[in-house]
Amino acid sequence: MAFDWSSIPGSLPILWQGMIVTLQIALVGALVGILLGTLLALLRLSPSRLLSWLSAAYVTVFRSIPLVMVLFWFHLILIPLVVGLLFPGKRLELGFITALTAFSLFEASYYAEIIRAGILSVTKGQFNAGLALGMNRRQVMRLVILPQALRRMIPLLLTQAIILFQDSTLVYVINLDDFFRKAYNVGNTVGTLNEMILFAGAVYLVICTLASGCVRQLHRKLTVPAREIA
Amino acid sequence: MISIRNVSKWFGEFQALKKCSAEVHKGEVVVICGPSGSGKSTLIKCVNGLESFQEGEIWVDGISVADRKTDLPKLRSRVGMVFQHFELFPHLSILDNITLAQCRVLGRSKKQAVEKAVQLLELVGLAEQKPKFPAQLSGGQQQRVAIARALAMDPIAMLFDEPTSALDPEMINEVLDVMVELAQSGMTMLVVTHEMGFAKRVANRIIFMDRGEVVEDRPKQTFFENPETNRARQFLSKILTH
Repeated sequence: MAFDWSSIPGSLPILWQGMIVTLQIALVGALVGILLGTLLALLRLSPSRLLSWLSAAYVTVFRSIPLVMVLFWFHLILIPLVVGLLFPGKRLELGFITALTAFSLFEASYYAEIIRAGILSVTKGQFNAGLALGMNRRQVMRLVILPQALRRMIPLLLTQAIILFQDSTLVYVINLDDFFRKAYNVGNTVGTLNEMILFAGAVYLVICTLASGCVRQLHRKLTVPAREIA
Repeated sequence: MISIRNVSKWFGEFQALKKCSAEVHKGEVVVICGPSGSGKSTLIKCVNGLESFQEGEIWVDGISVADRKTDLPKLRSRVGMVFQHFELFPHLSILDNITLAQCRVLGRSKKQAVEKAVQLLELVGLAEQKPKFPAQLSGGQQQRVAIARALAMDPIAMLFDEPTSALDPEMINEVLDVMVELAQSGMTMLVVTHEMGFAKRVANRIIFMDRGEVVEDRPKQTFFENPETNRARQFLSKILTH
């Protein structure tokens, strides 16, 4: 089987458009996911049983449903329903919004568990020390616990973002033109599908390997023992 | 100043404190000692509400700790506490460790807080260390910073929960020296410790606890020279033989 790579250089601008969509989904998914995940983790650990239960339920539901189905449901039911209520009668292009919403809400459940573990890894003694100085629980959480927890969690949070970057290819099921789907379409049209898919795979491989390497470096930097007895 | 009246606490089935009572008057230094697991740490944590208790009352400067209406953060801001494992905030510099609660709880300006911090760091002999981070300091230095952090709130009393137990032997004295100085300056102190040398030097009274009970509560002279109970005698013979 002979490969024909000649169609790749000419299609790079189109592929780049797709890459921008992919990066936007990964970035928004990670940022909103971390913010919402932090909120979920705090609710989960709050003294209120109701809030804790609601947060646990959210996390369990999203972690128990395949991402593809979440995308489908948002695409077919939830987003059209919400948009229909907010902007009745209009026809809007919803693919991108659907992807951003679905990924943000889905990833939040994973980030919630990472951040919860991070918060729990900070000792009770630190919490007590904050309380003993007269801070209230929220201040202790915000000023003492979360800064330590998030710092410890940075490598895991970034690793999750890399997984998210790969999973974003799933938006092909809702007909959104991300990098992978652009590559597929170009290949299909020009007749070099195998080459295009191989090329797309190589691009994901390179980006993720580099990103993982950076995370490893960062992890090493963050865990260097600071102890140098004065 | 601190009044502990018939306090009982259970962890599930296990009774950690059994009708404990004790008084610490203004300017007094009271040392709590006793074998491990006797409830000393639990009792001292009840004083500023870090541990709850099911029966009895604790009053600090006329305010009931167990009363639901009590503003616990406010009460805690007036009572300093020093922990066994220092519990400095590792992500903050030494200076920020001491200014954080001053600014956030007492509402002091950054300038006021820094001034206070520098003054206290000088008192504990660590003025040079203020830009460093806790992990760069030795255990003894960290504990002295922790004392300065508590003092920065201008507390009416100080609680010490085994402040030297996690220290290497050569660092114990630098911490005790600061505590002795503090005691001699008239600070009201409740101290859980095994350092009987410290107790002999500055304590007014010794409380001996065993299995959740206050077994003895007496002036230091009579406690050391003539302990009333067998349990206290055994304990003293174990820790004073060397």
